[in-house]
Amino acid sequence: MNSTPQLLFKNRVAGQTIFFKDYCKTGGYQALTKALKTMSPTEIVDVVKASGLRGRGGAGFSTGLKWSFFPADAPRPKYLVCNCDEMEPGTYKDGELLAADPHQLIEGMVLSAYALNADVGYIFIRYAYDQQLRNLQQAVAEAKKAGYLGKNILGSGFDFELHLHGSAGRYILGEETALLNGLEGKRPNPRLKPPFPAVRGLFGRPTTVNNVETIANIPHIINGGAEWFKDLARNPEGAGTKLFGLSGHLNCTECFELPVGIPLGELIEDYGGGVWKKRKFKACLPGGASTPYLTAEHLDIALDFDPLAKVGSRFGTAGVTVFDDHSCMLRATLNLLQFFARESCGWCTPCRDGLPLVCWLLEKIEKGEGTNEDLEMLKQQQQQITGRSFCALAEGAMGPLDGLLRLFEQEVIDHIQKGECPF
Amino acid sequence: MICLGNFSAEIEIMKKLLLKKQIDAFRRKVAKTEHPRELVIDLLREIQDRNGWVSDEGVELAAQILGVTPIEVEEVATFYDKIYRQPVGRYPIHICDSICCWSRGGEEIANHLQQQLEIKLGETTTDGLFTLLPTCCLGGCGRAPSMMIGRRFYGNLSLAELDRIIEQLREEAKG
Ligand SMILES: Cc1cc2nc3c(=O)[nH]c(=O)nc-3n(C[C@H](O)[C@H](O)[C@H](O)COP(=O)(O)O)c2cc1C
Ligand code: SF4
Ligand code: FES
Repeated sequence: MNSTPQLLFKNRVAGQTIFFKDYCKTGGYQALTKALKTMSPTEIVDVVKASGLRGRGGAGFSTGLKWSFFPADAPRPKYLVCNCDEMEPGTYKDGELLAADPHQLIEGMVLSAYALNADVGYIFIRYAYDQQLRNLQQAVAEAKKAGYLGKNILGSGFDFELHLHGSAGRYILGEETALLNGLEGKRPNPRLKPPFPAVRGLFGRPTTVNNVETIANIPHIINGGAEWFKDLARNPEGAGTKLFGLSGHLNCTECFELPVGIPLGELIEDYGGGVWKKRKFKACLPGGASTPYLTAEHLDIALDFDPLAKVGSRFGTAGVTVFDDHSCMLRATLNLLQFFARESCGWCTPCRDGLPLVCWLLEKIEKGEGTNEDLEMLKQQQQQITGRSFCALAEGAMGPLDGLLRLFEQEVIDHIQKGECPF
Repeated sequence: MICLGNFSAEIEIMKKLLLKKQIDAFRRKVAKTEHPRELVIDLLREIQDRNGWVSDEGVELAAQILGVTPIEVEEVATFYDKIYRQPVGRYPIHICDSICCWSRGGEEIANHLQQQLEIKLGETTTDGLFTLLPTCCLGGCGRAPSMMIGRRFYGNLSLAELDRIIEQLREEAKG
């Protein structure tokens, strides 16, 4: 049983969506009311900073710190953009949240916008989340009617206008500057940074981009306070709860709200129901397709940003994909790299040309046609691509390749020596 | 692209792509926003919903409504994989081939569909009903293997389930 306090999944009932009336019944919009009546924008930024909340979109940057860089005093318009592209394989938590309880995001958006003194917001929603888009359309209409969106919200003098943008596919739109180009109706290649979006973002104006889960946490932090939020984590350096989306070779592949810092082994056994088909755990992606593998030696590790960085991986989006001991990690890595190669936006050479070359090499070795020179070339490519791409997509693609070469090099060599896949 | 010489015929073709009230609604939005281009995806999605895909005329219509050049629409339309710049079947099937679905039999699903429909990935059945397209993760990783037909998501697929779905759509198309 899950004994973690449920914040984000508080109202979640399988197969149902909670709308305005029921959202208010469980305390919905109380945080917003409290903040607008009793807190200044800087107070909110300070609470969020003190709460230790780190961005849930993958990079894990301190949300409060990011907000404190925002030029809240600059003239309007200023934008708050919510990123619900969620297209990294293994990641489906934001979709689950919006399928269950869309008002949480709306309340979080208004609160965050108030803290940043932003007057216009956009929620960017991936094509496949059609139901979630429709949930949000209804939630926005309800919130407007109730006076939680629009002009002079709750008589506070604060105005906030919120738009929804349904996208049309492509992983790269999750990269924040590509997303901004997408919202502007331009070809969504990423932009050069700096200038960062806080300086020149959407339509050239100051903009903050945050993940769905990040923003949905804000009302809970305002309600419960920074200390309380921080203490929800299991590890001392962590903060809050986290949505863990389980997938791959587990008996139970569902999404759970659990404390940050829960050990990997506990997650797999107590929530994933153990590895399927009575097989053994071999490896996992701890936080989406771009995060280097963990293996059985990491089962005790606290799932959080810093502990995972220490072992050469990343917490990412906490979408945990498990592989059993019958899995060929070379074949899995090939699948992952094929994803990145196909989703490359084609702007820069290391990614556009480098990733297909990596796929070609992996495929050749997987089929048993590889040589030691191919393995050398694979390593060379990894070095050539790392740190040389225009945006972080190609860097992310190097995650699984790094994991393969660091943790499963012998498996690659076996393919070469046996002349076939050993699995 | 169609012949630019015959301008009025061209406008007639374009008008068939969206209802007048849809075009008018977009024109009103264009008049209200400072940056009309931001409407391009909405507009392309609407043209596609009504016509099944976005033709050259669809691109030109979007350009005309937004007051931009066709190439400015085209460079966006060709970027997104869920905007179809070629005709697709009545039921475009997007089969997820990313890691979670792959790890739970996604390849089998793709092979089975290709056999049952007697087409390869990227092709459309001769009766015009189905197009098979590989896609990356659909955000249904917990319900792998999965696919999307049109805008509808299907998860926890088995081969038997797949046959049932296809049969059902064939029946629906007859009715
Ligand atoms: C290729 C790529 C894809 C990304 N996809 C997403 C995404 O789907 N959702 C998301 O929130 N962040 C995504 N990010 C991270 C965003 O660029 C950005 O850092 C994030 O939205 C910031 O929000 P946060 O600070 O709340 O995490 C992606 C980054 C890259 C490089
Ligand atoms: S790394 Fe380069 S080619 Fe790849 S997605 Fe980013 S900008 Fe585009
Ligand atoms: S990997 Fe198939 S839905 Fe995510």
